Amino acid sequence: MSTQNIEVREEVDEIIEKNGYDDHFHDHHASDKYKSSFVGKYIFSLDHKMISRQFLITGIVWAIIGAAFSVIFRLQLGFPEADMAWLKPLLGKWIVLNDAGIGSISQDFYYALVTMHGTILIFFVLTAGLSGTYSNFLIPLQVGARDMASPLLNMLSYWFFFLAGLVMLYSLFLSTGPFSGGWTAYPPLSALPQASSGSKGGMNLWIISMTLFIVSQLLGGINYVTTILNLRTKGMSMWKMPLTIWSFLVTAILGILTFPVLFAGVLLLLFDRSMGTSFYLSEIFIQGAALENVGGSPILYQHLFWFLGHPEVYIVILPAMGIVSEIMSVNSRKPIFGYRAMAYSLMAIAFLSLLVWAHHMFTSGMNPFITNFFVLFTLIIAMPSSIKTFNWLTTLFRGNLRLNSAMLYCIGFVSFFISGGLTGIWVGSSTLDIPLHDTYFVVAHFHLVMGVAAFFGMFAGLSYWYPKMFGRYMNETVLKVHFWITLIGAYCIFWPQHYLGLAGVPRRYYRFDSFNSFTGWEGVNEFITISAIVVFFTQLLWVFNFFYSMWRGKKVTERNPWHSNSIEWTTPIIPPHGNWPGKLPKVERWPYDYGKDGKDYITQITPYAEGEEVIAH
Amino acid sequence: MDVTLVSKNKGIQPLKFALWAGFASIIMMFIALTSAYIVRHSAGNWLEFKLPNAFIFSTITIILSSITMHMSYSGFKKGSETNYKLFLIATLALGLIFIMFQYQGWQEMHHIGVDLDGNPSGSFVYVISGLHAAHVLGGLAILTVAILHAFSLKYKPTEKRLLRFQLSTQYWHFVDILWVYLFVFFLLFR
Ligand code: HEM
Ligand SMILES: [Cu+2]
Repeated sequence: MSTQNIEVREEVDEIIEKNGYDDHFHDHHASDKYKSSFVGKYIFSLDHKMISRQFLITGIVWAIIGAAFSVIFRLQLGFPEADMAWLKPLLGKWIVLNDAGIGSISQDFYYALVTMHGTILIFFVLTAGLSGTYSNFLIPLQVGARDMASPLLNMLSYWFFFLAGLVMLYSLFLSTGPFSGGWTAYPPLSALPQASSGSKGGMNLWIISMTLFIVSQLLGGINYVTTILNLRTKGMSMWKMPLTIWSFLVTAILGILTFPVLFAGVLLLLFDRSMGTSFYLSEIFIQGAALENVGGSPILYQHLFWFLGHPEVYIVILPAMGIVSEIMSVNSRKPIFGYRAMAYSLMAIAFLSLLVWAHHMFTSGMNPFITNFFVLFTLIIAMPSSIKTFNWLTTLFRGNLRLNSAMLYCIGFVSFFISGGLTGIWVGSSTLDIPLHDTYFVVAHFHLVMGVAAFFGMFAGLSYWYPKMFGRYMNETVLKVHFWITLIGAYCIFWPQHYLGLAGVPRRYYRFDSFNSFTGWEGVNEFITISAIVVFFTQLLWVFNFFYSMWRGKKVTERNPWHSNSIEWTTPIIPPHGNWPGKLPKVERWPYDYGKDGKDYITQITPYAEGEEVIAH
Repeated sequence: MDVTLVSKNKGIQPLKFALWAGFASIIMMFIALTSAYIVRHSAGNWLEFKLPNAFIFSTITIILSSITMHMSYSGFKKGSETNYKLFLIATLALGLIFIMFQYQGWQEMHHIGVDLDGNPSGSFVYVISGLHAAHVLGGLAILTVAILHAFSLKYKPTEKRLLRFQLSTQYWHFVDILWVYLFVFFLLFR
């Protein structure tokens, strides 16, 4: 895997040698101690590139688990009568057999699956897996730093994430099962151990796991922001940073400001569960007995949760947006359209996302006057979002498009972002949301705009940076097959759910046949389930490609295979610890000089030629 | 903590910046809790009780500890080894006294019948002041390390030790100001 290619000296080396910045990094022999042992190199590694790969692979493992869960509960929804006894060897008592020996998924287990699917995908895969991988990998390489500001905190960030995962994994094996009250963990279900079997030990472990996760996010985020603001190489002013870096910066700031609020919410929940406080509980009757708790309010939890919860969805999507902007520009051989507008809209989205949390609570009995405020700000977010969308489309317009897999995934991202974003405007208006809330319409909305779109951003990034990460290429044909099946398959899964939602079919129901108003969708549900199964196996194809290519993929022989401008491509094919073997490159220009003055591309470290026009971007 | 790199941009030292980013998230956590307090307060059914007197003493103590911390710091910088060591120990002692006063405050609340599991007005005070006390305990650990350094290493105000000491000082002042904010907050929203 790590066969070091014999590097030819290239023009970029000459430029770095001549103009670069000598920080005497290699005088300290700092690189030696990182190579010492297997454990030091692959496990407790301090190198940002290895930590990035750890986040990536852990994320992939969680993605497979989370997706497999969705296939199981989709089987229940698509084929409620089918015999599931064949799953008994794997799932044990979660498959209940009736007198005739026909097996079905137990109801408790169904709810546990839905809850774990949401928690795992949103937090472990699309937050830690996505930001953790790309922020770690790209920040030092693209701003021209030797490593993160604090490699130690960076390593701890990964290990806290790993521990959070272990705790959650352990909860799957409890006899009472993992938490089953939905990824949002609303009280009273989450606050009362006697409320359901998942609310017992499973919920305790959920809280512990989330706390570890929050610590991981804060350590990571603080490091990312510090590195971007303080460790940029010479010449790398803020307005010369690639949009990827802008997006990681904004994402990390958002995380630093909102994850502590989730911690506060979960802390009070923990007190309600174990110390008898009444922050969220009031006048509850359970199993015929009245509880002593008075004076609490479950709505309070919703405020605290969604103050993180809404920014969280942007924490998921912003890095994907940055990745897409970068790759799209390179593969259109054109500057990104509206560079500053792109950066400013990232900031605007992040800022506004702090003001709209209550649009998840329109049906909670909020004062309708306050509702207006949240509707207004929610709809204003559509503006920076559409600025970004138009800029992507304009970047594509009349571009010299290279339709490789990375580019296809980017186009797919934009497609999903538009389809899901438009329904955001529906649910953002309280009048429409009151009937649509908690129906499949919302499920369709957020899976398109966040779930699938963010995954496509992640796929795009891996097609594009895989050569830098592993020194080899993934198989392009397999990637394209994966792209088309996933694109069409995802629309087949989520498009019909809009119609279910409009007809009022609620989300998170175990089965629908006891409600006359929700029947008649059996065929559609079967169709969705079959699509989900096809898409699931296509993802396994991608995973196979990913691992296979690490050892067997085509080797990278060119240092800058995509003819890109940003400085990660001036490092050796497999960057050593410290990233640049000699001096650090000095940055002269912004990263998007494609097709300028008849030149296909001009790297960021190329000085301005005599008489070349300096454009302020 | 090892920093592989020195900042190439003039301005704030990276670790100091990271510490301040950490402050931002701690502040957000307490803003969340105090906002929850306000929201719950305005909903009625709120038990009013007098804040324990011990909290007044603890507030005075922690402000004093900030002053001694500062004196220790300027002693360190200006080359007065005795002041540096003496005031550092004084700070640790005041920090411990602060925790004792907090504990006494919780006892007082318990004696007038305000318990953790009673009306949320009391629960909030317990949880918020408890969480703050946890941050002070972290500060006491940092102070202990600083004292160990002060007495085990030869007195030499190098760049590296100055930075480390600055980080400790800033954290201590931070938890001090945080408590003053919380105390004033509790006084205002009864
Ligand atoms: C134009 C922009 C958007 C608007 C106006 C909008 C609005 C909304 C509203 C009002 C809801 C609540 C619906 C309900 O529960 O009844 C919602 C749910 C949701 N949205 Fe969006 N949204 C937008 C974009 C996004 C983006 C970009 C993401 C993620 C990247 C996202 C992710 C989610 C998620 C995850 C939920 C569901 C949470 C749950 O209840 O489990 N939305 N959206
Ligand atoms: Cu939202």
